[in-house]
Amino acid sequence: MYKISTGSSIMHCPALLESRSRLKAQMETSVVSAAPDYFTRTRVSRNVNMEKLQNNYLFPEISSRELEHMKKYPHAKVISLGIGDTTEPLPEIVALSMANYARCLSTPEGYKGYGLEQGNKELRKAIAETLYKDLQIKDTEVFISDGSQSEISRLQLLLGSKVTIAVQDPSFPAYIDSGVIMGQAGEFDHASGRYQKIEYMKCGPENNFFPDLHETPRTDIIFFCSPNNPTGQAASREQLEQLVEFAQENGSIIVYDSAYAAFVSDESPRSIYEIPGARKVAIEVSSFSKIAGFTGVRLGWTVVPDELLYSDGFPVLHDFNRIICTCFNGASNVAQAGGLACLSTEGLAAVHSAVDHYKENARILVDSFTSLGLRVYGGVNAPYVWVHFPGSKSWDVFSEILEKTHVTTVPGSGFGPGGEEFIRVTAFGRRDNILEASRRMKSLLS
Amino acid sequence: MHCIQHNPSTTSLSSSASSIHGQNKFSDIRTQSISVRGRDGGRSMIKCIATSSSEKTAYKTQVSRNENLAKLQAGYLFPEIARRRAAHLLKYPDAQVISLGIGDTTEPIPQVITTAMAERSRALSTVKGYSGYGAEQGEKPLRAAIASNFYADVGIEEDDIFVSDGAKSDISRLQVLFGSKVTMAVQDPSYPAYVDSSVIMGQTGQFQKDVEKYGKIEYMRCNPENGFFPDLSKVFCTDIIFFCSPNNPTGSAASREQLIKLVQFAKDNGSIIVYDSAYAMYVSENKPRSIFEIPGAKEVAIEVSSFSKYAGFTGVRLGWTVIPKELLYSDGFPVAKDFNRIVCTAFNGASNIAQAGGLACLSPEGIKAMQDVVGFYKENTQIILDTFNSLGFKVYGGTNAPYVWVHFPGQSSWDVFNEILEKTHVVTTPGSGFGPGGEGFIRVSAFGNRNNVLEACSRFKQLYK
Repeated sequence: MYKISTGSSIMHCPALLESRSRLKAQMETSVVSAAPDYFTRTRVSRNVNMEKLQNNYLFPEISSRELEHMKKYPHAKVISLGIGDTTEPLPEIVALSMANYARCLSTPEGYKGYGLEQGNKELRKAIAETLYKDLQIKDTEVFISDGSQSEISRLQLLLGSKVTIAVQDPSFPAYIDSGVIMGQAGEFDHASGRYQKIEYMKCGPENNFFPDLHETPRTDIIFFCSPNNPTGQAASREQLEQLVEFAQENGSIIVYDSAYAAFVSDESPRSIYEIPGARKVAIEVSSFSKIAGFTGVRLGWTVVPDELLYSDGFPVLHDFNRIICTCFNGASNVAQAGGLACLSTEGLAAVHSAVDHYKENARILVDSFTSLGLRVYGGVNAPYVWVHFPGSKSWDVFSEILEKTHVTTVPGSGFGPGGEEFIRVTAFGRRDNILEASRRMKSLLS
Repeated sequence: MHCIQHNPSTTSLSSSASSIHGQNKFSDIRTQSISVRGRDGGRSMIKCIATSSSEKTAYKTQVSRNENLAKLQAGYLFPEIARRRAAHLLKYPDAQVISLGIGDTTEPIPQVITTAMAERSRALSTVKGYSGYGAEQGEKPLRAAIASNFYADVGIEEDDIFVSDGAKSDISRLQVLFGSKVTMAVQDPSYPAYVDSSVIMGQTGQFQKDVEKYGKIEYMRCNPENGFFPDLSKVFCTDIIFFCSPNNPTGSAASREQLIKLVQFAKDNGSIIVYDSAYAMYVSENKPRSIFEIPGAKEVAIEVSSFSKYAGFTGVRLGWTVIPKELLYSDGFPVAKDFNRIVCTAFNGASNIAQAGGLACLSPEGIKAMQDVVGFYKENTQIILDTFNSLGFKVYGGTNAPYVWVHFPGQSSWDVFNEILEKTHVVTTPGSGFGPGGEGFIRVSAFGNRNNVLEACSRFKQLYK
């Protein structure tokens, strides 16, 4: 269990502590035996990029705090509205298709070995035709992944250590963390809470959660997530047109994370490719996790258009294909069968029904917090509610909510300095838990 | 850009792999190759050629191409083999092409395993059985089962195990872990993912055409003369040493004595061994199945393995990596801790359904079923071994691995590959695809249905009688 003290970024490594105390104990004993060296070190230097990382990845840290809390209060009914983990069971049609596919793998006719690294052709076609209808995305531009988190790192491997990146602030931590790991970042600056060399594009109520692009310097890559995790905000068409134009003017590549597109309730775009010109400047990453409850099944996709070219004219798709063929061996064929079922007519209907359930949860949460007089954002086009606690430290608010209501949330500063003073509340949960959590918040905060 | 179907008769199948696809030289040729699988499972190559009018006006971003990708000489080896197979099928549409090239499993997965996966799938549609995100390191029961089944006697514990979606993904995650500044050594020949992932990470220099090696990688020659174990006295010290045993492609399994030397070498040099044990269950002789059978290995080695070749999980995707707690960087920081961070950030766990399958693999019934599958492929290997032996070839491997390594002295392996394909319609893999040390050899993989293996062997006999 890794501890992190609030407000500090010191990591205690239990294994290292253990080894140090063992060594100490060894030295203190008077018996000198010809014992082999405990923990002989190799001479391989630790990757300096790993050293730059400040803390644990955010979500395991939240889990670990929750676990500690459960140990402290073994009888408390802890409700997790922290990690955005889906809770509704898979639609039967989807589960059955995976079960059938698995069974067929035991038959000579149904057995499949290695799949195409780019993914099953029918699934790629189904994604292109169903989810990008009228947007001229070809199946050959769709790459099936085992989820956005893996794919974001593969994209970083593709782009390399020399690119400069911009992220929204706050943002899903994987963009920054993978960037640091790849060597795209400088040192962490404690005063600002930012890594050097990364451009943080502030997104807050004051700018309608869309960065002021006039103030944003050029970077090679722009990570943009809409509907947004954690703020729940969906960018408008006009905003995305600005973004695409900005990318065109600067010759940048947008990595557009559309994992929550299914939650859009209004006219906000669901894909960056709804914007003319986006094919020349954007990669889109998406996932079945939040659409279909595939958080454990692991399936997603990435669109890399043919027209997306490096400065020397080389197609990005070609290099990405090489990465996929070398660093990956395709998503699980069983998961892909499930994905295909999700995109059938019946599957889509079932999947939308789960999304609606979470949207209703979000509405309940938005109402609860609003009724308490708090400024609440998101929750309309995304399964996240972004609650403002002005003047507070988000880890303190997180701790207080956890301590007093046994509800786990996520402190906004975990998503970047722009998240300070905010708490993210997830709308993924069983209905009764959502209602119960809302009740508890009301009694704490009223 | 417009795409044209590639006409195989205009391909020049030259003997050097690197000249075939100038994928690197996009700016000269203005073509790119994308392989797409046809209905018959074969691949066809589609060439996209930029037309001259769009060439001048095609919008380009100002993002520089990653120079590490530009260093790669050709496509990854196995898609290239698939492409050649597909081209051959186009040329001979009525030929019964037999694939002993890519090591792709063919036997159905034992029912005990698929039943578990089917049950897990169904359970996911119930309130009680639904699970969302799993632990990034893998489900506890599976980690425990891996530890107890494979590492009981060598003191590797459940929390030293990280479940993956297969060895190939983990090899790249390990490279991301190590970073661009480490130096590495590989066997020569070796499974191409080690070298290619190293190039992608920026650990290497440019490819040197004259020696067919990337700068800054230490290639440890493994050949019949040295019993397929490198002469460590001639090997330069590197940070990381990739070592695969039983070996892909040579089929050779290192002895205990050899591995003791390897561990000692790593200790003396402060190196980390990345030991690929994906074929451990194929060991027939008294050879180690895990690097951790060697005392002291826990302080110098990581082990990567996979369910692919045991349970036919090549498409299901499941493997594991062992990083002992005792493995430390030079500053004392535990390697496992950083790998855990990578796994939490760059990955989100293997599919829960695949993991349910893995757990069933490790039940007593599952282990027996996997042993039967392995036994089947080993019989195939024997048939292939016997065939080439009877034809008077010098043949290696095949005893402890599902690969037979056939020597064609003085010949270019791509030429031999082409000749075999052209004249017998059997796909193999040219040794030089695995590194310059593979030149003069052909790898024949023993994954295939029995009839196909027998048929392929009778065709070899015809060709080489």
